Formats: sequence, C-alpha cells, structure tokens
Amino acid sequence: MTAVAGGLTPEERLLKETVREFAAKEIAPGAAARDEEERYDRSLFTRMGELGLTGLPFPESVGGAGFSYRAWTLVMEEIAYADMAMAVSLSVHILSQFPVVTWGSDEQRARWLPEMLAGRKLGAFALTEPGAGSDAAALRLSADRVGPTEAPTAYRLTGTKIWITNAGEAERYLVFATVDPAAGAKGVTAFLVEAGTAGFRFGRKERKLGIRSDTASELIFEGCEVLVANRLGEEGQGLRIALSALGEGRISIAAACCGLAQAALDAAARYLTERRAFGGVLAEQQGLRFMLAEMAQRVAAARALTRAAAEAKDRGEPIAEASSLAKWTASDAAMSVTTDAVQLFGGSGYSREFPVERMMRDAKGAQIYEGTNQIHRLIVADHVLMRIKGE
Amino acid sequence: MHIVVLLKAVPIVGTERLGPDQRVQRGQLEANGNDEYVLEKALKLTEANGGEVSLLSMGPASAIDALRKALAMGATRAYHVQDEALAGSCIRGTVDVLVAALRKIEFDLLFVGADTSDGLGGVVAPAVAARLGLPYLSYASEIRASGTGVSIDRLSPTGFDVQEAASPAVVMGTQLLGEPRYPSLRGIMQARTKETTTWSLADLGIDPASVGEAGATTRFIGSETPPQRSGATVVKAPPDEAAAAIVDFLATRRLI
Repeated sequence: MTAVAGGLTPEERLLKETVREFAAKEIAPGAAARDEEERYDRSLFTRMGELGLTGLPFPESVGGAGFSYRAWTLVMEEIAYADMAMAVSLSVHILSQFPVVTWGSDEQRARWLPEMLAGRKLGAFALTEPGAGSDAAALRLSADRVGPTEAPTAYRLTGTKIWITNAGEAERYLVFATVDPAAGAKGVTAFLVEAGTAGFRFGRKERKLGIRSDTASELIFEGCEVLVANRLGEEGQGLRIALSALGEGRISIAAACCGLAQAALDAAARYLTERRAFGGVLAEQQGLRFMLAEMAQRVAAARALTRAAAEAKDRGEPIAEASSLAKWTASDAAMSVTTDAVQLFGGSGYSREFPVERMMRDAKGAQIYEGTNQIHRLIVADHVLMRIKGE
Repeated sequence: MHIVVLLKAVPIVGTERLGPDQRVQRGQLEANGNDEYVLEKALKLTEANGGEVSLLSMGPASAIDALRKALAMGATRAYHVQDEALAGSCIRGTVDVLVAALRKIEFDLLFVGADTSDGLGGVVAPAVAARLGLPYLSYASEIRASGTGVSIDRLSPTGFDVQEAASPAVVMGTQLLGEPRYPSLRGIMQARTKETTTWSLADLGIDPASVGEAGATTRFIGSETPPQRSGATVVKAPPDEAAAAIVDFLATRRLI
C-alpha cells in the first residue's frame, strides 16, 4: 500500500493489481534462491511475455499493448517489489526495443519486434565498454565497412562490450559501434545483432554485489559481419539513438527503485509490529517510528518524480532532465531506505535468512547503472544553466 | 453457445469491515474468488467450442472494477444491475432481481461459483434455477458442454458422479475447475470498449419496495465481537524446524 494511490485510470489500476498478483505468486517466491544461486529463470520472462508485459509500453501500431509510459512505471514498481533483478532484466528488454520502434525501418520493425514484444526473444542493450562508461562517445568497438565506402553491404564488428545486462540469455542485441573512432560521437552507429552470428561470442560473466540473478557479461566481437539491413538508422546516428532510449530507461529504473524501496519499507514496518523489546513491540519506539516515516517520505518523493517524468514522456515533452531527476532521486531513495530497513531489522537484517540485505545489495547498482548519479547531476545542472542563459 | 456467469463484487478478502450500521462496508470491491473459477471454465469452453461469455452482476457502482477485470480476462459483455434501492437486499430479493435480469437474456448455460466470500449463503444459485424452472447441476469439478446440453463431474464422498442436463441449465462449479487466468494486458485495453449494460429496477420491472432493506425477509438483529482467544502457540521457523516443533507439541500431549 502506498501513501498516494489516486490519479490512476481504471485500466492502470487493473494493470497494477494484475501485475502485483502475478509478481507475488510467481516472481517473489524464488527471488532469494535465484539470488543465492546467481540463476536467471528464463521461464519467468516467458510468463511475463504471456501476460503481455514484454511489449507493454509500445503503441498497438507496432504490436505493443498500447499502454502509457506511466502505466509502464506501475509494472516496473510491482515487478521490482517482488524481485529487483527481474525488473532490471525486463527494463533492459524494453530499453533494447525502444530504438527499433523509434528509428527502425518498417522492414526492421517487422523482422525484429514481434518475437521480442511477445517475450519469445529476450533483448539486450550493448553500449558500455571497458573504456567507455559514462563517456559513451568514447566507445571503441569498431564497425568496418564491407564493400564500397558510400554504399557498404555489411559491417565487420571488432571489439568488446562489458556489463551487458541479459547477455548470454538474450537472443537479440542492440550494439553500438563506431565507423570512425577519430570522429567521436559522430562515428557512433547502431546495429541489430543476433546471438549465434559468426564472430560474436560471450566473455566473462560479471560477479555482482546485487541483482545477482540477472546476468551481465562481456560481449566479444571478432570480425562479426552484420549486414547493412541490420544497421539501425544512419551511420553516425548511434549516440542519438542510444541517448534517446536512455531517457525512457532511466524512468523505468527509477520506477523499479520505487518498488524496491516500497518492499523494504513494508518489510520493515511489518517487522516493527512483530518484534518485541523492552516490554512492547518495536513500533512503539518513537525513534524507530521517525526512521520509518522518513523512509516513507523518500519513497513518496521518488514516486512523485518518477510519475512526473513518465507523464512528461506521455505528453511528448523532453524528458532528459525529468528522467535524470527521477532516476537519481529514486535510486538514492532505494539505497537509503533499504539500508535503514537492514538497520531496523537489527541482527536479522544482516542475515541472509531475511530479504532486506538482498534488497540493500540490489539497490546499490541502481546508483551506478543507467548513468551514474553523478552524471545525472551534470545533466540537471546543464538544464538549469541553459534556462538561465535562455532568459 | 452463450454462457452467462454470475459475478458478485465483494469486499477485498481480508479487508472486510462492518460499518456503523453493522452492515458489511462496500468500499473497494473485487470479483468473488469462486466466481472467477467458473468464469475461467466458461472462457475455456467457449474458446474451444465457439460462443460468448456474458457477465451478470447485481451491485453498487463500485462493482464496475470487478466486471472490468472479468471483461479483461475475456468475457464478451457485462450486465450490471445497479439501483440505490437494492442496498440491504436479502437472498430472496437478490434472487428476484437476478431472475428478472436473466429473463431478458437468452443463454444456454448459467455458471455460478460455489458461494460468495461475503454472503456465504450458497443458496442464490439453486433458487434462481428453481424460479427459472431450469436443471441445477452442482459441485462440478469438470464441465463438458455441447450445443444441446451439459454434463458435469459432481464431487461426491467417493469420487464423482456424472450428471447431465439439456440446455438451458444452471451449473455451480468448484475451484477444482482450475486456476483463473490473469487478465491479459491487451484484454485490459479491450475491456474499455466492451459492452456494459446497466439496468435499474425500473428496467427490470421490479418494485423498489419489494427488494433492498425495505423488502427484506430477513432482519439484522445485532452483532458481537468474538471473545479474544488466548493460549495459542504460534510457530515461526523455517519449514523443517516448524514441522518438528509441531510434532513435538502434539507428541507431548499424546495427540500423535
């Protein structure tokens, strides 16, 4: 239950209830075991596909379910409430489709999207490299033209991506490479690459602190030939394509953080009403009630910013600043609320027998991926200064 | 084949509260759990054999959310009997209203859940069948429908009995029919455009004084909170330890 539940349409309310019930019944029960075993359960992704979650925020004209982006944030919240790792996997799957919806040709959409929208093929978004994290324009994965420079028939990809979520499990990769490393941002180009393409393999699997049931691995390209039909957009449009999707991705992760924080808050509140000390339940201690209230405050604030960003996207407004504010605030809220939840659980909170330590580990990554929270400060400051200059 | 499913919007299970008038408060409502099981079966039968599923519900305006969910699960249309004069209806009043509504709908089969989580009477459905002069097949763990009739497996102490009837007929189903599906997201969007017909008592030709609290044949006398139970031992431990603790507890009392 949340502090503010109003403002949703009947469809959004039904969506939220449906996903909550599904997540509680099918995703939450195995979350601790999957984390312990670092095991991705593909059958859960398939189930999400059967429900229609894997194509939810896309228009019906491309085969999506036609829900608003605000509705998508409800889904993310509910899935992350049950298991943050599964929410991140689903978020990246959606993220990897956005550019195809926005920038793909009709032929590319028809070929690439249906299986992904239906949840039969899992997607990944391959931007990060050993030498290009926050500074995405510095990427070095090379795309060498095959055939005439003006009209290449294919590209040969050579280089390495790291920290690619869903890697190994996913069939479909949106890969950003450069046709000219010297050209910086202007050389970056997007490609659609299927697992199993010759010259494309997986390297080391990351051993993570949190969201451990979600895979993240290296992608290794050794002269992997990709036909020109699989180039998304034009040469040099890649960075714009990547950044355009990241706004949506950030709102999505912000929503997941709200769900994770809400789960920690609810778990802590429940514990305070059950655990007894000094002749009463912990919930009678004013100092602890203050902590609980502050946790609720952070969750509510994060949710308000996240919904505001999603509503801005639904209205077709620019979302760079709003999505940065939402993602930075919500991931900080998740980190702080889950840490406080561990504190309120005391010794039990530090034990892997209880779920809050996992939530705390799961929260940390969100302050780093989808743009570190330091990058988001830069983006917000840029917008503040642009407005002043514009006066 | 046209199957009508009776669906009641009940207070969300676990949140039921008595209001100051000592009646069950009807704030946020959900579809009665047992009704969703027969709806699931109705959807499966029409998906396999062709046909449509309609919903019939008597309830306040807030019942629309429960109907919307059932439409999103796949029902074709909904009939919603809604009238302020219906508040406080007894079982007889409810039966009058449902019978009047069903006389306006042509159907082959009427499916009903075993009982409702708020009323627990379990007699509305047989009363409706009796009033309509239709066969009543109850406690179905399986339902097979053809164009002309229906046969069910009726739970019995030794297994099940097979019962058959010609259409139209009323079938009461159990949870053994199988887990209800989740509403599909496409279904949620489509539910917006599905036909929902709202009927008032006037539409059904029913005198408001004959139903609701005014026409109720049963009366509320009073209510009391059950006395606090004491001495319960709650075992909270991992499954293996909990099982061992319970076995020890029973063994020390020579119960096992």
